[in-house]
Amino acid sequence: MSAANPGRSTATVSDAPAAGAPGGESSGDPDAFLGLSQEECVGLLREMIIERRFEEKAAEVYQVGKIGGFCHLYIGQEAVSAGSISPLRDDDYVITAYRDHAQAIARGMEPNAVMAELYGRVDGCSKGFGGSMHMFDKSLNFMGGHGIVGSHLPLAVGVGYAIRYRGGDQVCLCFFGDSVVNIGAFHESMNMAARWKLPVIFLLENNRYGMGTDYRRVAAVKELKDRGRAYEGLTSLDVDGMDVLAVRQAMEEAIERGRNEKTPSFIEARCFRYMGHSMADPMHGTYRTREEVEKWRSDDPILSFTRKLMDAGRLTEEEYKAIDREAKEIAEESAAFADRSPFPDPEALYRYVYSDGYPDDMRRRDAWRKELR
Amino acid sequence: MAVLTYREALNDALREEMERDDSTFIIGEEVGEYDGAYKVTKGLLDQFGEWRVRDAPIAELGFAGLGVGAAMAGLRPIVEFMTWNFALLAIDEVVNAAAKMFQMSGGQYNVPIVFRGPGGAALQLAAQHSQSPEPWYSYAPGLKVIAPATAKDAKGLLKSAIRDNDPVVFIESEIMYNLVRDEVPEEEYLTPIGKAEVKREGSDVTVVCHSKMVHQALAAARTLEKEEIDVEVLDLRTVRPLDVDAIVASVRKTNRAVVAEEGWPMCNIGAQVVDDIQREAFDSLDAPVARVNGLDVPMPYAKNLEKLATPNADHVAAAVRHVCYAD
Repeated sequence: MSAANPGRSTATVSDAPAAGAPGGESSGDPDAFLGLSQEECVGLLREMIIERRFEEKAAEVYQVGKIGGFCHLYIGQEAVSAGSISPLRDDDYVITAYRDHAQAIARGMEPNAVMAELYGRVDGCSKGFGGSMHMFDKSLNFMGGHGIVGSHLPLAVGVGYAIRYRGGDQVCLCFFGDSVVNIGAFHESMNMAARWKLPVIFLLENNRYGMGTDYRRVAAVKELKDRGRAYEGLTSLDVDGMDVLAVRQAMEEAIERGRNEKTPSFIEARCFRYMGHSMADPMHGTYRTREEVEKWRSDDPILSFTRKLMDAGRLTEEEYKAIDREAKEIAEESAAFADRSPFPDPEALYRYVYSDGYPDDMRRRDAWRKELR
Repeated sequence: MAVLTYREALNDALREEMERDDSTFIIGEEVGEYDGAYKVTKGLLDQFGEWRVRDAPIAELGFAGLGVGAAMAGLRPIVEFMTWNFALLAIDEVVNAAAKMFQMSGGQYNVPIVFRGPGGAALQLAAQHSQSPEPWYSYAPGLKVIAPATAKDAKGLLKSAIRDNDPVVFIESEIMYNLVRDEVPEEEYLTPIGKAEVKREGSDVTVVCHSKMVHQALAAARTLEKEEIDVEVLDLRTVRPLDVDAIVASVRKTNRAVVAEEGWPMCNIGAQVVDDIQREAFDSLDAPVARVNGLDVPMPYAKNLEKLATPNADHVAAAVRHVCYAD
């Protein structure tokens, strides 16, 4: 685990790292980058920065009331989404929990559509019906955005079942948080996926806190990846979730297992969320200290990957600044786009309850409300 | 026409639909090697193989959710709950996932799935194995809830449910599997979801009912015939969506109504039917609507107490006399 390095000073992505820092002896060594081209590496970095700037913008507009309800931000965990989604094929599947904005963007959703969904507008990816917790895009096989802890794991198993049923070689990537490992649905899902050899990649983002509860206070194992050991045929491992390349490598191997052997994997990516559980929650306080947050921020996944690329001569400071500028513009534009997008048509209220229409005689019950006639 | 049991009719529906559409599969406890806890899936494993007839671990939440995910990925799952009592462990996947997915995704992911199994009391199975689940699921927009009373309707409605593009809760009955038998057409037919059917025409009182209570209502009607009370028995067949038009049309004709169902009285289907009647046929009523239902207690084991808590034909007949001011 890369985690905390108390010796290092606090940094954010805004502090552009110095190029050519000492320790750049691996410069140009393609093995240090999993054989990825310079362009692919910069693409990963760009993805992470876009996610970060998007979420920062979401926090800002939430504060002024543009976004309602719960809003769970992903800041700090970008290496996991970028590292895991980037090696997938277009016909693979992704399903996740409620901290889903950045993963949706990583899968290829337009930031405009994600922000418009946060605003509850008609141009949102779920047409304003889902909000922060329910991002969906069927054209990208992005299957939500689910708000009940643990309940989407069986859905991922069903997607894996459908893949095997049709004889396909896709995989289903399923994100979830550390609080899920104590839920029955987790074990029911692992058991079925392992027993029937379903190509599901269970990706645990262990950001250390289920809302305000340290996972070590409520789990009767020290290592969460050990929870997977009970299931024959399930490969369990952990990975530094602050290191985009480490996540990517673990995913590439899991994808291979899924495509070729049809076996599931359980990856624990150890990471940290910088913000509170949701925008309604404190960043630190009774459950974690400011020092702990600062310690993790000093190992920032964007900062460390930027430094690594610069050290290897794969990125210049100018290029970094240009990417960051672009990411800020994308985030700004998404908010402007969302602001321009209309609210959903009141006529749409009954439109998506049933795919074959809402029965007229049932609708009559509320027809005394003039605006619904 | 062949006379089939309710069980045989369901088995025929499953087989026909699985032959027709190879994206249809069934998953549940004991559905394969054991031929089904109640033999509804008899012979299907041999015919279709294990990927289409999947014996599940006892993990209702898990395999119900598996069905929802498979449906989102393009299959048409049939999830069998050994009984609806056990399905309470899975209600999150039925209500929070299946029912809401289409709207939550802005109309992108419909969930074509059938959750089916027996509901209601059997004989002396005590509190945890004797209850009617219709109201729990009928409460949730996005679900369709079906509870057929005859073999013919069971087959036609199950076929419609499997072809439906939304989640359907299909409630059968341990008691009816073998005891109910009636004529089922040889040729293919579908029974429409959301349509009630008049099972007996009458002019004096409408008894609105579904599932087992249809048979109690028909028995009561035969008794009341001798008392010159002509009962119309309206079988809802689908309890969500309710066929409000059919209920209102019948009550406007008879001017009196009794609603009869097996489950508990609070917030049940009958409560909603009474509400729809008072909204739309208030001026047609010659008497307040009466309700027959199970008593408001967890089902006791002792035979005499169970009998007291369970509604029967005598209760329906008494309620009809009451609304006719003939008691």
